[in-house]
Amino acid sequence: MAGWWKRHPYYLWYMLREASCVFITAYALILLWGLRRLAQGEGPFEDWLESLGTPGSLAFHALALPVVLYHAWTWFKVMPKTLPDTRLPAAAIVAGGVAASAACSAALLVAVWWFGLWSVP
Amino acid sequence: MTRTIRIECLRYHPETDAEPRLQAYEVPFTDDMSVLQGLQYIKDHLDGSLTFRWSCRMAICGSCGQMVNGVPRLGCETFLREFWPGTVRVEPLEHFPIVRDLAIDQSDFLAKLESVKPYLVQKAPPAGENTNLQAPEEMQAYYRYSKCINYLLCYAACPQYGLNPAFTGPAALTLLHRYNADSRDAGRAQRMPVVNQEDGVWGCTLVGYCSEVCPKDVDPARAVNQNKVNSTLDYFKHFLFPRAKEKS
Ligand code: FES
Repeated sequence: MAGWWKRHPYYLWYMLREASCVFITAYALILLWGLRRLAQGEGPFEDWLESLGTPGSLAFHALALPVVLYHAWTWFKVMPKTLPDTRLPAAAIVAGGVAASAACSAALLVAVWWFGLWSVP
Repeated sequence: MTRTIRIECLRYHPETDAEPRLQAYEVPFTDDMSVLQGLQYIKDHLDGSLTFRWSCRMAICGSCGQMVNGVPRLGCETFLREFWPGTVRVEPLEHFPIVRDLAIDQSDFLAKLESVKPYLVQKAPPAGENTNLQAPEEMQAYYRYSKCINYLLCYAACPQYGLNPAFTGPAALTLLHRYNADSRDAGRAQRMPVVNQEDGVWGCTLVGYCSEVCPKDVDPARAVNQNKVNSTLDYFKHFLFPRAKEKS
């Protein structure tokens, strides 16, 4: 069974799905760290914001974004298998989930942008 | 039009061979010939010692599952023309011991199948009736899963079964669900221990390839994963009401 995941592209995509959780965790930790810096005051928070702009951080985020998008897609892709039996066709469940998450992300982006506009001194 | 295709078969006669090897045959074929018919041509005209299973040659008996170029498929439903001018490599289903050439030993699966009680544990009919009637919606709850006839392609597709042969596996768990989901059945309490064990539904990591290769669109991954929910509910039920009498 050694190297079984190299036998078929399907397995490779599965392994990538499982590995994507590492990036999700890293994302979450970076955000949590930002929250902690925010609690410590404006200076530390500004430092944290600045650290996000370093080349290393930009490289990580450039890689993490597609991986997290792939993770989100696989999450909805398996949804028809994990939900209790419904009359909805599987494709509708997947499409609905992807659409809902895209809408939530867009709404969040707009809200942050809006809030940013108003909070500028 | 007759063309010629190269079919490589895995050969292994445990009494004489130290280990399995591939043997190639040049087989003339027409557009309507399946991989199974290719094997039959070899057996009839080129090499009578080649061993493989088949019966219905119309995708309903479940005998002819093989690895065709590394993918679990039914030999009788896969056409040679798909591979020409390339080669077809036919091997026995992955993860099972070989009895001889392409024939595998299914005993492990059969024991697991038996453990899930794949039959109706009859519920007493309502008072005054002598039979359990079933509404069309009640039939829909299990119909899809009842189409499983043990081709075992899903076991060959399941890396978890390959890594841990104790895993109950897709088809047995699907048939377990088929009977649990049947409104006429009273065997749920007897089957839940199989669902709940480490090697029951929790052995599945939702790779999902089993559903992909299933020729009858049974969707075993769905049956298995719905039972993760059932198993969790069962756990909490026992946790909250340890002395509750088991109902079906
Ligand atoms: S020979 Fe019966 S399923 Fe292929």
